Amino acid sequence: MRELIVIFLAGVLLNNFILSRFLGICPFIGVSRKIETAVGMGMAVIFVMAVASVITWAAQYYLLVPFRLEYLQTIVFILVIAALVQLVEMVILKTSPGLYQALGIYLPLITTNCAVLGVSILNIREGYNIIQTAVNGVAGATGFTLAIVLFAGIRERMDFAPIPAALRGFPIALITAGLMSIAFLGFTGFRLAELFGI
Amino acid sequence: MVYVSAMLVLGGLGALFGVALALAAKKFAVEQDPRFEKIVEVLPGANCGGCGYPGCSGLAEAISKGSAPVDACPVGGAAVAAKVATIMGQEPVKGYVRKVARVMCGGDRANASTRFLYSGLNDCKAAGLVAGGPKACTYGCLGLGSCVRACPFDAMRMGDNGLPIVDEEKCTGCGKCVAACPRNLIVLVPDSSKVNVYCKSEARGAQVRKVCKVGCIGCGLCVKVCPNSAIVLENNLASILPEKCDACGRCVEKCPTKCIIMKGEGASSGCQGQAAPRACAG
Repeated sequence: MRELIVIFLAGVLLNNFILSRFLGICPFIGVSRKIETAVGMGMAVIFVMAVASVITWAAQYYLLVPFRLEYLQTIVFILVIAALVQLVEMVILKTSPGLYQALGIYLPLITTNCAVLGVSILNIREGYNIIQTAVNGVAGATGFTLAIVLFAGIRERMDFAPIPAALRGFPIALITAGLMSIAFLGFTGFRLAELFGI
Repeated sequence: MVYVSAMLVLGGLGALFGVALALAAKKFAVEQDPRFEKIVEVLPGANCGGCGYPGCSGLAEAISKGSAPVDACPVGGAAVAAKVATIMGQEPVKGYVRKVARVMCGGDRANASTRFLYSGLNDCKAAGLVAGGPKACTYGCLGLGSCVRACPFDAMRMGDNGLPIVDEEKCTGCGKCVAACPRNLIVLVPDSSKVNVYCKSEARGAQVRKVCKVGCIGCGLCVKVCPNSAIVLENNLASILPEKCDACGRCVEKCPTKCIIMKGEGASSGCQGQAAPRACAG
């Protein structure tokens, strides 16, 4: 149990997908103008990353390893994730229009998100079992949500700030993202394993 | 052998997903009202929210379900309402009145005095929170252009005199600026209405005179001179009822502070519908 907590905290803070692994930057910049949409995107990513982690884990250990096809990992994972997101989108549209309104528009954006592929590959590389994989998927996505919501909050405030004309829009957003990344570097000093006595 | 298993696994996966998605698309197909898509096509597609629904598709859904009237789109006006009515199999709506936004304040830099220099957030709401705003008149336009930024149709701009200008050709009457103005200075009026009181100050006459040269002092001369009793005086402020006004212009002549203005007939087109046409007169 303590190990799972460590994996979760490490995924959210230490190895934050956006701010220390630099994965999933495209939606981070693109869908962070308003807190509302950032939260929607975050929730969709949590959902997809949790499901994709588990499914790709199964694909790795029940398909690729028995056939000795580990070298096809990347392409198989992309295929699995893309099909999965499509399927999930259809199911949500049919079963829960309310949820589709909230998440649906973000789902196609996530299909080829590198954070989703990244978490799947990292799970395998770390040698996690299926429960650890699920926790790491949720943790990575929670870290993504945390970063994008914080960033959206800052960008909403920046709309009213007197920013030099040349820096308005994306330039100042990139500078802000860099500063946030430096702030998150502070978490690298945490020795989580020692803290929880593992 | 390695190649064969690789091809079989990848090809098999692809085929499996393809079939699964095809089956899912059939099983989870959502039936949609065919009118919905047609209505989406004829709506302006600006997603301004002026109708009160979340974007054009939200309104289209409401119309196709019958929970919104066919002329609910304030932007599209009569033309779109007629098309939507045809799709819905209804008679076209008659008596549609086009509305435009007008800024009911004439207190530009020359006419209204300021109390202090404001250099905070570039937003009218924020400025209004600082000790009642930089303008001496607590009812007047703060001039930081929150309404201009709110306009989704590029129909507003800030004039050199510090007041926003509405381009009535482009204005669709969506009401975004009305909601954006913290002083409630912007009003949607019928396109045909010509004479308006360009002041929203409810202060007493003496107080108005101190802070602004063109404010309504509530003297009531316009009420007396109006032959159609189209002007009412409430809370030290005159207002004109557009349905009774026939634009005779007597109140415009009589008003001692010249805050009642006839929409510029004969003036250059750039001045039409401007909050303070007198600035354009020269």
